[in-house]
Amino acid sequence: MTAEAIQQKKRFDMSGLLAWFIVAMVLVGLFTTIFTPDMGVMDVPRLAICLVILAIAGVRYELGFMRNMVGDIILGLVTAIAAWLLIGTVANHVGEAALGFWALTAATWASAWLFVDRLASWKLKSPALARIFNLAIPAVFGVTLLVLWQLIVDGNAIPKVLLPAPSEIWIRLTGSVPTLWADFRQTFLKAVIAGYAMGCGSGFLIAIVVDRVPFLRRGLLPVGNLVSALPIVGVAPIMVMWFGFDWPSKAAVVVIMTFFPMLVNTVSGLAASDAMQRDLMRTYASSYWQTLFKLRLPMAMPFIFNALKINSTLALIGAIVAEFFGTPIVGMGFRISTEVGRMNLDMVWAEIAIAALAGSIFYGLVALAERIVTFWHPSVRG
Amino acid sequence: MTAVASAKDVTMVDAKSDDPSRVIDIDKLSLTFETNDGPVHALSDIDLKIEKGDFVSFIGPSGCGKTTLLRVIADLEQPTEGSITVNGVSPEEARLNRAYGYVFQAAALYPWRTIAKNIALPLEIMGLSRAEQKSRIEKNLDLVNLTGFEKKYPWQLSGGMQQRASIARALAVEPDLLLMDEPFGALDEIVRDHLNEQLLQLWAKTNKTVVFVTHSIPEAVFLSTKIVVLCPRPGRIYDVIESDLPRDRNLDVRESPEFLKIAHRVREGLKAGHSYED
Repeated sequence: MTAEAIQQKKRFDMSGLLAWFIVAMVLVGLFTTIFTPDMGVMDVPRLAICLVILAIAGVRYELGFMRNMVGDIILGLVTAIAAWLLIGTVANHVGEAALGFWALTAATWASAWLFVDRLASWKLKSPALARIFNLAIPAVFGVTLLVLWQLIVDGNAIPKVLLPAPSEIWIRLTGSVPTLWADFRQTFLKAVIAGYAMGCGSGFLIAIVVDRVPFLRRGLLPVGNLVSALPIVGVAPIMVMWFGFDWPSKAAVVVIMTFFPMLVNTVSGLAASDAMQRDLMRTYASSYWQTLFKLRLPMAMPFIFNALKINSTLALIGAIVAEFFGTPIVGMGFRISTEVGRMNLDMVWAEIAIAALAGSIFYGLVALAERIVTFWHPSVRG
Repeated sequence: MTAVASAKDVTMVDAKSDDPSRVIDIDKLSLTFETNDGPVHALSDIDLKIEKGDFVSFIGPSGCGKTTLLRVIADLEQPTEGSITVNGVSPEEARLNRAYGYVFQAAALYPWRTIAKNIALPLEIMGLSRAEQKSRIEKNLDLVNLTGFEKKYPWQLSGGMQQRASIARALAVEPDLLLMDEPFGALDEIVRDHLNEQLLQLWAKTNKTVVFVTHSIPEAVFLSTKIVVLCPRPGRIYDVIESDLPRDRNLDVRESPEFLKIAHRVREGLKAGHSYED
């Protein structure tokens, strides 16, 4: 048996196992209590539909019926409907979920897993479609997690202070767009972007100087190392003293956090060209700057982008944490610290969601730029 | 040691070359690397004259200093003793004048540049105009039979094509002197034969002086007008063979008795140079 065939078999085993699990969970849901103490009138048909379609999903797969793309898409739709029905019923029975409900939740989750598993086995011919697809799989997975989160919070009636449900966070998020936008502008568009640009820019320029002057490599790199080792909670109050309450002090913290990764990566990147390439430039009687721009900087680009990616997340963390140490009454860090004090945890989560989204997009843009600039690198050209 | 030295073609011409046809003039040159394990005599007492239009091969076992000698000519290494002139000036001055093109063991093309842009690299450094760059790229791609591959990236080409592109890049500088350090060492026999033939045609067409480092006897004999046999520890010249093969030759020449005679002498030289030390 070829390796591929073995792998194929393994994958089918996993899917088969999931399908059997769905059927088993549906049976548990059928014969045990779903909600204590009792169900509402409209819950019966809803749950019945949920049970039936999940059972069909599992059995269909086991019988080998419609094991193709259409079948997979139907599986996805069915799972979505089941999840929606479960969310709808549990909203009327907050905290009353019993074994049967959790069995159905598990069946829905297994069904979603089966769907993702099937999706991952698709072989797409068009590269553009394949790229969209590569985004779709983690998206489906993310939505599954959100659904589970919602079901668990509602089913157990978890207090809002401990963990608000996604629906509550969403309501808070859409209800306070102006506040969130003001915070985002203050923290991200001012402190993070300015600090990131200054930190990365100065790290890059100093790296070129350090590379040119060997004495600095020994003198400055240890100092840079020391600065990067400073605890942010110690540095932030000092920066507030120096640069005031508004965003420049936060940008200064971001500069301190991002400077060193950029410095170190650029210095090693500039040393990345090999002896033969440098000899080649020498035979052309190339000047220092010509060698720098035509050989050493292009060679350093993978290293520089490494630093840019690391810094894109460091910058956001730095700016938010720095706002805990004195800020005008706006900013993501400020909002998080005050809303925690007021027990408005849904607002905290809304800020976290914005930060996560902004951080991911920022990172994604840097990674995209990296793909364009270092298209030639073996890790990118594939 | 002295017995070996006297076997070389000792010319009694004074080292100061005022002869315009003399491209490289090496006189009593030695190079010692200082290492942690003590000095390494990479080159010892080298005397060599190379005339314009010569195709000279350096052949010898690894560690005999043939690459080092080429690097000294290119000003990539500095000799510790003796004198050397390239085109009548010091190697450094020759390098700054861009008097030579150097082809390395590997193609050393930059992966972020297309083939055309790679060939343009030395031209950009020299500050040539766009139009001049373009015409030189076209001309030299044609010389190495790579027309149509301008827009490809090096990693999309085979090893042989990459090496041809690197030769085109060296030629684009339009030097009279071409220094080649085992340029076909990493290629298979068939590709190597083909490129050797192309190189000979190129040499005949352009009348350049070529210094070629190799460890292949057939390659050295097939290409060269003059074969310099080096031997190791310390790196020194053991024999210099003037080839009497016709300049205009093709791969069939390798079956001729003259070819075999020269190859035999090279082989004997390599053998003797080895046993001398053991």
